[in-house]
Amino acid sequence: MSEVALKEVATRRGSTAWLRAAAPWTLAILVILVLPHLLTTSFDRTLLIEMGIAIIFAAAYNMLLGETGMLSFGHAIYFGLGGYTAIHVLRFIAAGLLFPVALLPLVGGIGGLFFGLLFGYLSTRRAGTAFAMITLGLMELVVALALIFDHLFGGEEGISGNRTSGPELFGIRFGSQTQVYYLIAVWMLASLALMRAFTRTPVGRLCNAVRDNPERVQFLGYDPSRIRLIAFAVSSFFAGVAGGLFAVNYELMAINSLGAERSALVLLMAYIGGIGSFLGPILGAVLVTFLQVALSDYTQAWLLYLGLFFVLVTLFAPNGLIGLVLMHGPIARAGLLHRLVAPYAMALIPVLLLAAGTIALVEINYRLAIRPELGAAMKLFGVSFDAKGAAAWIASLLLVGLGFWGLRLIGPRVSARWGEMLEEARA
Amino acid sequence: MTAPALELDEVHKSFGATPIIRGVDMSIARGERHALIGPNGAGKSTLFHLVTGRFPVSSGAVRLDGEDVTGLTPFEIYRRKLARSFQITNIFPRMSVYENLRCAVLWSLGHGYSFWRFIDRMRDVNERAEAVLERIGLERRRDLPAGLLAYAEQRALEIGLAIAGEPDIILLDEPTAGMSRSETEHAVDLIRRVSQGRTLLIVEHDMAVVFGLADRISVLVYGQIIASDTPEKIRANRAVQEAYLGTVPA
Repeated sequence: MSEVALKEVATRRGSTAWLRAAAPWTLAILVILVLPHLLTTSFDRTLLIEMGIAIIFAAAYNMLLGETGMLSFGHAIYFGLGGYTAIHVLRFIAAGLLFPVALLPLVGGIGGLFFGLLFGYLSTRRAGTAFAMITLGLMELVVALALIFDHLFGGEEGISGNRTSGPELFGIRFGSQTQVYYLIAVWMLASLALMRAFTRTPVGRLCNAVRDNPERVQFLGYDPSRIRLIAFAVSSFFAGVAGGLFAVNYELMAINSLGAERSALVLLMAYIGGIGSFLGPILGAVLVTFLQVALSDYTQAWLLYLGLFFVLVTLFAPNGLIGLVLMHGPIARAGLLHRLVAPYAMALIPVLLLAAGTIALVEINYRLAIRPELGAAMKLFGVSFDAKGAAAWIASLLLVGLGFWGLRLIGPRVSARWGEMLEEARA
Repeated sequence: MTAPALELDEVHKSFGATPIIRGVDMSIARGERHALIGPNGAGKSTLFHLVTGRFPVSSGAVRLDGEDVTGLTPFEIYRRKLARSFQITNIFPRMSVYENLRCAVLWSLGHGYSFWRFIDRMRDVNERAEAVLERIGLERRRDLPAGLLAYAEQRALEIGLAIAGEPDIILLDEPTAGMSRSETEHAVDLIRRVSQGRTLLIVEHDMAVVFGLADRISVLVYGQIIASDTPEKIRANRAVQEAYLGTVPA
């Protein structure tokens, strides 16, 4: 081949690579533009906004957990302190400070970065369990301090602001939820693009090296604790951006935004989605937020379901939900995916039975133990029954038993079928 | 007279009350290929750890080009152009072979803690990584996670990580351990090529490798150097024969 032809091949390959890189972003932008037209109620909008904030936070968290191998139990500190920084600046804006509200997430990010550097300096000298324990201690410390410095943190009631108090920019005052939605969408895309770019820099790759083998990194000229600190600071910055968006959306920051629950939730999001890939935590954030916002409307036991779900993912899909998707990649590329539809549909039957039985048992117990004032007459899956009656209990247990038995029977066959398909795809 | 590339001065190391290295003096000239041999448990790997800063010395001094590096961290010693491999394979198992090598060339090319440039666009990094990849013969494994390589391939990568930064001094800890005859020959050939014009210190049990490669040999027994000389003289040394070589007909 002549040199010109070679160059042509190279550029063609370059342009398809560029297309392949641009495709998911284009898709994301399309989804972001279409969604608010499909989901128009205030509840839907709140859900979408919550998801956007959670996506940034979970992706930021995974810069630590998945990319650098650092398990933090207190990452909500940087979300919360970023949010508090933003809400205080918002109050200054109301008092006359000329600063666009649209840039408040950046203020949140700087707040997160500041505290990330401060606390990261203390915690990133250690790795593994010691690091995890320090993050837990720091979180308790920050929550305790926040309760003491009442005038800065506003105690349980929190600090509130008014996002419409800022100077009007291009006619945008953030009076409507839709405007906030687009603000969050823009910040989310920018944050994700920057976080993705970070993984492709030398330090981004060294983060992976520190995750895999911190000792060897030392013998290649780098100080692993310095790399951990950089990862920690950058992750805290984006956690702060998410906190800043939270402040703009709710116009309120309270102490619960920097405590244990939010710290645990972001860990669940990343883990459930899958910490091994960039897309995993995003998927996890969407799903967990949905469970949190939507499910909590239907049942008080949503946290129990979330916990159960987490345990199941940890046990049966250690690479997260994205891992389940990815393990079908070779099969899909070989065009064999349709041959798995039937076995998966078969497996769905016992799964549904098991789920229905479990849900029934949980709901009956919640009703009797937590909301006895509502009485024993219940309705679930369109069936009315008496929560104290034997029939309901027997039926629920029977569902669980049947589902369990069915799964034991069908599960191994389905998994063997998947193995066969994979073999065939590879051949 | 120029200072030796690597010099150990009365180096001691104890773990608790147990002395492991008991006063080692060593001097390796620039450009020399030096082998360190000795029976199991003599302290060869410990000596490597002391030189490279993995363990602190209990007393004594380590000098590179006459500069005292005692007490420096491993990455500070690496930055003085001394790189090493490990006896037990010590790579980045979840990263591809290519990414392993890219991480290993970064510092020596002066990129530091850079997170404002894409690594794919760093021409020097990619060219050097490709060159090392070719040198260690793993081109066909380029994008495979390093943890999935065959044992001998992992050993080759282990050497690759040590040489990628083009150090002045290379320390190799039993590079051919566990390799077959032909793999060993291949590895020795590789070591000979990459140590051209550099200083090499190698721990090795395979006497064919040692006598074929080394300009000088030091014999470490129970934490002390009992002889340090040319291969011929070491072979003829009675004390060495009794302590070590006697067990293998030389």
